[in-house]
Amino acid sequence: MNITEFVSHPLNLVTFFPLVGVVLLLLTPREAKNRLRWIALLTSGVTFAVSLAVLARFNPADPQIQLAYQRPWFQVAGLQINYILGVDGLSILLLLLTTFLTPIAILSTWSAIEERVKEFMVFFLLLEIGMVGVFLALDLFLFYIFWEFTLVPMYFLIGIWGGPNRMYAAIKFFLYTMAGSLLMLLAIVYMGLHYGTFSVPEMLAQGAIGGAVQNWLFLAFAAAFAIKVPMWPLHSWLPDAHVQAPTAGSVILAGVLLKMGTYGFLRFNLPLFPEAAVHYAPLMGLLAVIGILYGAMVSYPQQDVKKLVAYSSVSHLGFVMLGLFALTAQGVEGAILQMINHGISTGALFLVVGMIYERRHTRDLDQFGGLWKIMPIYGALTLITTLSSMGLPGLNGFVGEFNILLGAFGSQALGSPLYAGFAAAGVIFAAVYMLYMFQKIFLGPVKHEVNKTLKDLSLREIVTLLPLIALMFWIGLYPKPFFALMEPAVQHLLAGLR
Amino acid sequence: METKILWLLPLFPLVAFAFIVLFAHRNRALSHTLAILAVVLSWAGSMFLFWRALQVGAAHLAEEPFHSTVAWLPIGKGFFRLGVQLDPLAAVVLFFVAWTIVMIFVYSVGYHNYGAPEGDHDEKGLPPHGATVEHHGHKHKVPSIEPMYSRFFAFVSLFAFGMYLLVVSDNLLTLFAGWEIMGLCSFLLIGFWFKKPSARDAAIKAFMTTRVGDVFMLLGLAYLYTQVGSLSYADIFNPETLHHLATTAAPALGMSAAGLIGLLLFIGTVGKSAQWPLHVWLPDAMEGPTPVSAMIHAATMVSAGVYLVIRIFPLLAAAGHEAAFASPMPIIAFIGAFTALFAATIAVAQNDIKRVLAYSTISQLGYMVAAVGIGAYVAAAFHLVTHAFFKALLFLGSGSVIHGMEHGVLHTGEHVDPQDMYNMGGLKAKMPITFWTFLIGGFALSGFPVLTAGFWSKDEILAEAYGLGHGGVFWTLAIAAFLTAFYTMRQITLTFLGKPRTEAAVHAHETPLTMTGPLMVLAVFAVAFGWVGVPEHFPVLGGLLPKWFQPWVAATFEGLLPEHGELEFSYFPLLVSISVALGGLLVGWLVYRGVQRADQPDPLEGVLGPLYGVLENKYYFDELYTYLLVKPAYWLGAVFTFRWMDRGVIDRILHTVAYFSWRLGNFLRNRIDLPIVNGLGDAVAEGTKGAGRLLRVVQSGRVQHYMLLALVNATALLALVYYFVTRS
Repeated sequence: MNITEFVSHPLNLVTFFPLVGVVLLLLTPREAKNRLRWIALLTSGVTFAVSLAVLARFNPADPQIQLAYQRPWFQVAGLQINYILGVDGLSILLLLLTTFLTPIAILSTWSAIEERVKEFMVFFLLLEIGMVGVFLALDLFLFYIFWEFTLVPMYFLIGIWGGPNRMYAAIKFFLYTMAGSLLMLLAIVYMGLHYGTFSVPEMLAQGAIGGAVQNWLFLAFAAAFAIKVPMWPLHSWLPDAHVQAPTAGSVILAGVLLKMGTYGFLRFNLPLFPEAAVHYAPLMGLLAVIGILYGAMVSYPQQDVKKLVAYSSVSHLGFVMLGLFALTAQGVEGAILQMINHGISTGALFLVVGMIYERRHTRDLDQFGGLWKIMPIYGALTLITTLSSMGLPGLNGFVGEFNILLGAFGSQALGSPLYAGFAAAGVIFAAVYMLYMFQKIFLGPVKHEVNKTLKDLSLREIVTLLPLIALMFWIGLYPKPFFALMEPAVQHLLAGLR
Repeated sequence: METKILWLLPLFPLVAFAFIVLFAHRNRALSHTLAILAVVLSWAGSMFLFWRALQVGAAHLAEEPFHSTVAWLPIGKGFFRLGVQLDPLAAVVLFFVAWTIVMIFVYSVGYHNYGAPEGDHDEKGLPPHGATVEHHGHKHKVPSIEPMYSRFFAFVSLFAFGMYLLVVSDNLLTLFAGWEIMGLCSFLLIGFWFKKPSARDAAIKAFMTTRVGDVFMLLGLAYLYTQVGSLSYADIFNPETLHHLATTAAPALGMSAAGLIGLLLFIGTVGKSAQWPLHVWLPDAMEGPTPVSAMIHAATMVSAGVYLVIRIFPLLAAAGHEAAFASPMPIIAFIGAFTALFAATIAVAQNDIKRVLAYSTISQLGYMVAAVGIGAYVAAAFHLVTHAFFKALLFLGSGSVIHGMEHGVLHTGEHVDPQDMYNMGGLKAKMPITFWTFLIGGFALSGFPVLTAGFWSKDEILAEAYGLGHGGVFWTLAIAAFLTAFYTMRQITLTFLGKPRTEAAVHAHETPLTMTGPLMVLAVFAVAFGWVGVPEHFPVLGGLLPKWFQPWVAATFEGLLPEHGELEFSYFPLLVSISVALGGLLVGWLVYRGVQRADQPDPLEGVLGPLYGVLENKYYFDELYTYLLVKPAYWLGAVFTFRWMDRGVIDRILHTVAYFSWRLGNFLRNRIDLPIVNGLGDAVAEGTKGAGRLLRVVQSGRVQHYMLLALVNATALLALVYYFVTRS
């Protein structure tokens, strides 16, 4: 047992590889900004490559945990705490999403972040460690450490490189999430004592805790995850955090951090508390649908583009939650795909917003208009992104939403097709606020002189967006490979619920 | 072989779209060559398939359509399969789609002034304003080329992809995908001149309004899928499934599952085919370039809505069979008939040449929907095809007229609206080809007896309504037919007959062959297509030509619908049909032949009084929707949800909690900590100070310490992991 053995395991490598970059960054002088950027980019690029290697060794047909790495870690009061990493059909796509979005987000900071580049990149890579760890950890204790760990870099990313009101946003983000996590921590401790272990596979092997306790545990976990998602009415930290965060922070926040919440439901709430999951499905479904409509309605009147996109996330994640708690194969698979879709589409939207902000230093919709003529490439790419977010057939959003609607419509756990009915109304609203945004920025006459001299996207900016756009089309036209990765694991998960 | 070609039909225009966008967007000639080449290939493929279909024969083709599928995505246990299919119904739709699309593409070359000089002040996002040229030493203004010429051909190619996809689909999901892609293209093309605020607003309105319908359609698909486990036609339209759907109770409206699904899908049609109450977008959509109006808003996309209801007719019919459940059919018949009449009345009071046609389209689509609603789906399909030809002809004709007028406007420098029919007059002499073809199209629309295709299809709908005992529908449609003939003749009279009423009209002249050519081709169909469906018992003419169309389409649903015998021929609906057509034309001519001046009030204003204003303003539906829907929606979002709920309630609760925690903390510290736990208090105080320093550091920006701290944490974590792991 030595360090070579530890890092030679692909899951350890993919989790901790960014540390190499962190060390290199620290050894680089702070004035060499471009070198710092390249180090961060290459590190995250290699991490992505490692995650592809994980994918290559992943067997989609196997519904179980794969590539598991388990070692006893330490003991507390006679309780064995394990270090367990593993990947299965529920987490593989999220792992890939994380490692895929990180280099893109770093690339987007090239000219946006000019101050404290060194610290920024360090935090960013540390954040990646935390996020990857969350998706791979299979010991509740370890999971909790990674979960809390992600808060710190994000807090600083918002608090230092954020907008004018950044302190309020950062503290709101930190305290809010922290408060939710505490309830989860209590539940984790209770479960550790009850099972005599924190290992999730062992808990599943022992069977669920019965009775009313299961409901309480479900709710305690749900509190942490629902804040993270965020579910209505616990969402109000999100618009503030997004508006104040730097572009790259928003991309990761929307693209990955929110998925930690939905992933938590999927990974822990459904299999560990199966009866409670069925019991609370209508409630969760109701909150999800309220979130869909509420988020969409609030998006519509926003003048700040970023706020508009932030509220649209509330709406989109409502769809994910609805799919999860439909507790049908279509619903859950649609939900997992929609997590990926949201990461891609909303990530791209934040990038797009960041690009115009860099040029004009405003995000007020009234400051734009008629930009399609001035920036045709930017207009075209934004349009595709907007349409993807609206769920136009042929692009990724539709596949996820359609599956979720199918799943929710026939769901026994939800018990009524009305959930799907109201959720579908959210699809109309999505068209309303998205097109409204597009129209305000790109169509109509050019009202402001300053806009006439704006430059179209640079090659680097196009390169930043293109991988996301390619994925929108890929998932939209041929989603089979993505479903193939999750299908057996989802069936396995649902079999445990019956 | 057949199925391979079927797959290719949508692909040609898609490839053209991609090529134009990626490589050809700077080269106009290449752009239109690619686009036209693609649709000509699709046209040739369609014609070949149509010919093959004729060879195979309707009965056989219905039983074994050209059909091929691929696995698309795994759902539950099985696969969601997508594929292409050609059955008799799809074959006739493919026929008119292929023809109209090619004609419209060719026409667009002339319409966008290919070969004309660049405009003096033209810019992207606005229509061309004309260019100054020197001719024999003196300057004059001529039309200029469209600045976004290539983009136009890219978008229409994408549109053609959507339409072909919809027609060749073997399932409702790809049909829906084509449907939505067309919706997107419609949005892009209505707002083609995106710097015009009116065009921008119209584009948004069109997309939103149709999306309302689309969402209900999507729900219908979801419901259908949960019931059947598939969305492919073959799985849905078979006797067992239909029986199952017709006998399962739906959760709402006292309908069977078949009824509710049918109704939900039908709402999609209401949006797409601009039926009341979702009709408001289509007239505004005329802001787009005229070929777009012809293609999207007359011949193909709006027809797709009607195609859908015909396609799901077996489902609708099955829903009506079970006496225990309410049938959706009366709703469909009502909406169709009402729309037919309602839109026709508005058309009477419009002066914009394209808007008249827009309302006319709404009205004619209403005819088809009404026909489906009374069970006459074959008649609906017949009218769908003939209407596509003659309405595309009329729109292209109106575009030609506007073009001629614009030429005159540029030449004279007169500031008149080239689309207002009151500014025209006497164009018959200036634009003879446009006139004669427009006349044919207009007469077909009016149902001019025997000669025109529109007569045969409209007569069939009226005859079925009468014969099946739907008196209300019959008389509503008859009145609408009278109004149709009336406003058509009003249009022809105001535009082409009499004397020119403006200088611009004096100087209008005929458009180039790329525009008049398609007009002539479409005119042939506007006359001849009716001959494929002459009833056997029609006086004198019956039986001269084989009645081909009706049995051909009816074969599609062979065995799915109860047999009902041939309607007995009756003279009454025929006489009504002939007299409303001729009467309307005559009255229209009599009333409008006397119009002398461009600023003259409409002769109807005197007759109708204030009612004319109501018609002119389209019954104030736009205003009504603004006050009833748009403004409340904004208020709900901006004031109620955002300001009151989000910032007012949710955040206030949050801030209150935070405030009390802070107070509690202070209380604990000041009242308990300091006096009571004095010793410990020092430590706590240190801790608090530490926290304060932490925040100060962040605020003052000395962050490297904390970054370092975080790094130390991470490294410590790793070391800890490593230590314990290796120890064991």
